[in-house]
Amino acid sequence: MSSKSKRGRVIVVTSGKGGVGKTTTSASLATGLALKGKKTIAIDFDIGLRNLDLIFGCDNRVMYDIIQVMNNEVKLHQACISLNIKDTTGASTDKNLFCLPASQTSDKTHLNVDKIGALIEKLRDKYDYIICDSPAGCEDGALMAMHFADEAVVVVNPEISSIRDSDRIIGHLDTHTVMGKQGLKMPQNLVITRYNAVPESDMISIDQITDILRIDVIGVIPESKDIIASSNVGIPAIANQKNVVGQAYMDVVERILGNDLPLRFLNANRKGFFRKLFGAK
Amino acid sequence: MRRFFGFFKRNKNKTSTVAGDRLQVIVAHERKASSQPSWMPKMQKEILAVVAKYISIDRKDLKVEMSNEDNMSVLEISVDCPLDEK
Repeated sequence: MSSKSKRGRVIVVTSGKGGVGKTTTSASLATGLALKGKKTIAIDFDIGLRNLDLIFGCDNRVMYDIIQVMNNEVKLHQACISLNIKDTTGASTDKNLFCLPASQTSDKTHLNVDKIGALIEKLRDKYDYIICDSPAGCEDGALMAMHFADEAVVVVNPEISSIRDSDRIIGHLDTHTVMGKQGLKMPQNLVITRYNAVPESDMISIDQITDILRIDVIGVIPESKDIIASSNVGIPAIANQKNVVGQAYMDVVERILGNDLPLRFLNANRKGFFRKLFGAK
Repeated sequence: MRRFFGFFKRNKNKTSTVAGDRLQVIVAHERKASSQPSWMPKMQKEILAVVAKYISIDRKDLKVEMSNEDNMSVLEISVDCPLDEK
């Protein structure tokens, strides 16, 4: 960190399995970092199946994409979409948040490691944080998204196939990245999403997950209908700070920024009789 | 009453515990497999073919593993032979 203290930090958001919440998490973390005043760009690496633009609500503003930038067909600033997202506390991402969309066509000439490396280098000079939203699977796109990362956020559901796939991806972080090839240990943290803490759910516990995957938990995001609602309207979930999901994501942002907060929302928030009576939240 | 105890028993044998145990095994196995050199499966197959010419063994009776100890790599090949083959 010290040698490149003025350089942007690259964080890959990955998981292996699809549908666990990578894009939701990428959008919320990028938005949260921008809300905290950090100049942040989120890059969609899912070539041919872009979705980050939808979650950010900027799908109608996409003109150019990462492939065109990579091939020098357009300038970087032409393809980066500026996003102004306000949260419920009144904070705004102001001129700090950008999105670089993936292309919607996938030809064989897509991601080139040297060209992406050069692009990431350029972005490091301009941004504090570069969030790489990985596609599912462990092929080209996913490997490219993690290749230049300084840090990884592994998104996992408390569910058997998601945990297994995460372990495979964690293995790749140690071998298929610049840091891994240099023999360095990339900082890796888990974000457990769709966490449903009612006892009768018989969900795999946080302790079991960390026992198996052997990496630390940086956030636990409760299962909530509010996530679907935020995707539906194209505003990242973190913007709703009245909701546990938004608060849980903001806690992750704080931890990324180095603030050591205890994990919250681990127990189901069922209102008891007295709480209902007195209207406590 | 039986039902009552059955309820507690079921609670102890939670499916999440089963999932955790299954994952421990799968993950340990896959980590080992992915740490092996890429030519390992092919070599394993060839060794098996050679040994099987002389001794009747199964795929599961042959273990080929590469491990790193300090500054050297150890290739370990072990074959479980049936007793009557001697």
